[in-house]
Amino acid sequence: MRLLNRPLNRVAGRLSRHRRRPVAGLLVMLLGLFFTGALYAAFAPANAEKESTTDEAKIAQGRELFLVGCSFCHGANGEGMTSQTGQLGPSLVGVGAAAVDFQVGTGRMPMAQPGQQAAVKDKLYTDDEVEALSAYVASLGPGPSIPSKDEYSLDKEIAEGVKNGMTDDEARNAAIVRGGQLFLANCSACHNFEGSGGAMPWGKNAPSLRKTSDKHIYEAMLTGPQQMDVFSNGNIAPEDKAAIIAYLNSIEENPGYGGFGLGGLGPVSEGMFAWLLGIGGLVGFAYWIAAHSTRSEKSEHTEGNQA
Amino acid sequence: MSTSENVGGSVASTNGKTAASAKKPGRGSKVVGWADERLGLATAAKKNLRKVFPDHWSFMLGEIALWSFVVLLISGVFLTFWFKPSMAEVQYFGSYSQLNGMHMSEAFASTLDISFDVRGGLMVRQMHHWAAMLFIAAMLVHMMRVFLTGAFRKPREVNWIIGGILILLGIVEGFAGYSLPDDLLSGTGMRIADGLVKATPVVGTYMSFFMFGGEFPGDDIIPRLYMAHILLIPGLILALIAAHMLLLVYHKHTQWPGPGRTEENVVGFPMLPVYMAKAGGFFFIVFGMSALMGGLLTINPVWKYGPYDPSKVTAGSQPDWYMGIAEGTLRIMPGWETHLFGHTLSWNIFLPGQVIPIVLLLMVLSWPFLEAWVTGDKREHHLLQRPRNAPGRTAFLAAMITLYGLLWAAGGNDVLAVLFHLNLNHITYFMRGAVFVIPILVFFLTKRWCISLQRHDNDKLLHGYETGIIMRSAEGGYTERHLPISEESAYTLTARDRDEVFVPGSGVDANGVASKDGKLDGIRGKLSTTLFADNIQKPTAEELEEAHHHADDEHAHEIEAGLDHSADGHQFDGRHPVDEEALRGKH
Repeated sequence: MRLLNRPLNRVAGRLSRHRRRPVAGLLVMLLGLFFTGALYAAFAPANAEKESTTDEAKIAQGRELFLVGCSFCHGANGEGMTSQTGQLGPSLVGVGAAAVDFQVGTGRMPMAQPGQQAAVKDKLYTDDEVEALSAYVASLGPGPSIPSKDEYSLDKEIAEGVKNGMTDDEARNAAIVRGGQLFLANCSACHNFEGSGGAMPWGKNAPSLRKTSDKHIYEAMLTGPQQMDVFSNGNIAPEDKAAIIAYLNSIEENPGYGGFGLGGLGPVSEGMFAWLLGIGGLVGFAYWIAAHSTRSEKSEHTEGNQA
Repeated sequence: MSTSENVGGSVASTNGKTAASAKKPGRGSKVVGWADERLGLATAAKKNLRKVFPDHWSFMLGEIALWSFVVLLISGVFLTFWFKPSMAEVQYFGSYSQLNGMHMSEAFASTLDISFDVRGGLMVRQMHHWAAMLFIAAMLVHMMRVFLTGAFRKPREVNWIIGGILILLGIVEGFAGYSLPDDLLSGTGMRIADGLVKATPVVGTYMSFFMFGGEFPGDDIIPRLYMAHILLIPGLILALIAAHMLLLVYHKHTQWPGPGRTEENVVGFPMLPVYMAKAGGFFFIVFGMSALMGGLLTINPVWKYGPYDPSKVTAGSQPDWYMGIAEGTLRIMPGWETHLFGHTLSWNIFLPGQVIPIVLLLMVLSWPFLEAWVTGDKREHHLLQRPRNAPGRTAFLAAMITLYGLLWAAGGNDVLAVLFHLNLNHITYFMRGAVFVIPILVFFLTKRWCISLQRHDNDKLLHGYETGIIMRSAEGGYTERHLPISEESAYTLTARDRDEVFVPGSGVDANGVASKDGKLDGIRGKLSTTLFADNIQKPTAEELEEAHHHADDEHAHEIEAGLDHSADGHQFDGRHPVDEEALRGKH
């Protein structure tokens, strides 16, 4: 017993020497997390994920979420609600999964407060939950579905172009040029020439497109959220929508040819820089030049001080 | 006798008894002598190179305008090498791939070429644009200086008007340049110009068709604007700048009052070498600033706007800043229209687009005459006034700057709405009232502010300046020591005239003979009251005397009361020589 205890005690002694080191707490926590995770993976029902992908379950999950987060304004069945002062929430029958994916996916819905327009904020639901909500609203009536990646990317058009004897780059560029013209004809009036956003009457606004994902831009065109018009597929064809998105990405990827972009707001910010930096700087220089007079005068001045 | 020997400096190589032989002139003096014999430069230069200019930072503001105009000429010449002022349709196959194969005017295509395919082209284009912004801004700042200091008074009224016309020409020149690239923003601007012209009653449409050679946009306007932009208006501007500066030399520069400075002289440094170095150096600074901005800050990214197409428009369509007040006036104007015999009179465009800018400009141009009429002052003025000593005038400018700023903000109402989360319509409604109310408030505020500063000056003259030294008396009361200001400062502060308020009906002319009342005497009297009645006048000689006696008496009492050397530190009360001592430690 003694023979056995001695080495054991030695080991325990060594361990306890390290017990109060700052790393020890972290190590214990990591170990704990690892074991908990391993246990969960071992005992969790293996088929849970599979089940949630079926439409029925998703719609059910979406309905649960809807009743908690959305029904207050949109009604228990998404039928919309009117209050004494006007409409509280519009009917969601037939708006389609794309509308939900846009509104909830960009954090616009659920709204924090009523206002002229739903403001963009951090998104409140996980991707799975957004998917479930979309599935539920889509089940209320037929509407545009969430676009797949090949709808809002140029892949299909480039493949077609290559088939017709163009190079990859030629086909891509042709689409971008077309997208640019469509953008300036249909979008820039509100969203500004480089997608910086702009003002709309009565405190509404057209948001900046710089940080909006390709999918969300596509969905916005398809569903016309807030003040925006609907650009249906008959109006702007799916490949043209993809071209507009490609144009926006291309000007974003361009180097700043002229230098700093000054916010991409047009002549207002340019004027501000001309006055603050340009004239402000030059008046400062004028002051500096006038303050530094000729050398002869300076030495006289110091002599005068000494006397 | 201005011959080459003289220019060389010392004439002889010896002062011995034998005849002196002429020293061979150096190479440089040979050239100068050659030129002088043929051009007579020495006589002209002798006077002008020694011309004296007074030194003050605010006298250099006009130079910013002058030098940025030189930058404009240099960079503009560069741009003309490649720019094609034509509205002929071409297909673009240049370096900017996002517009590859697009149909556009030659003007826009050549602007893209300058930006992307000419070495250094984009930088020079941006330099040209920034320098244009600086040119007009500098003219305005210079004009504000001249106005605030009263430098426009007799004999400089004509130069004031020349300056005003230069600003107007600069704005027109800038607008023409803004329109030349034929991008989306240019075209939108031209469309507004077209609307302004068409809003002219009766002849509007004819004028528009004449301008554009048919219905807007036609294909004449770019070549015509180009002619105006590179020949007609710059020619006029150059001629007026020459006139402006000749008059400046003829009148001599104004100066701040001070000891030794009178209405008869100019105290300062000579043109050569001091101002040659200062002004010459300033040119390089202005050039450098334009180059820096042209190289680093994007201005007018025409490639993003794309070619002009009447069916397209972009949010954030604004003119360059100097047209901002016209844009603002147009944006906040209520939509008033009159329909007469099947014709529409568009007051909503005619008033803000044509009448109001002209009225504002005329108001500014006529001020020297208005002020001279109100004061009845016919003397020449070469000494400047401090802004505080003309409270009415300073307040008027402050009100005009406020109006300008408000209209400016109204012109960018959409950008303000987005950036500050405001309601676009509310900004517009606010501005409609604000442009009338706020300038008036600012007028009275500035006037009272100036008068307070005048009072402060009088306090300094009568009671000295505040030393920041607090004295405690035996009774426990605290007073702050005031020290008399220096003779020079006192002279400078009092070197101004007393204002006289014109009272209608008191009509006596300069010779004391009763004169007839003018028809407008009532208005003149009211204006005179507004501008001058509340001003604080400088103290009279008797008042100054009395103040000094008072100070001396006080001092005598202190000595009697034994307060003179009550405690250490009190020797700094200003009545004792403290040359050897320092108030706060050693410096």
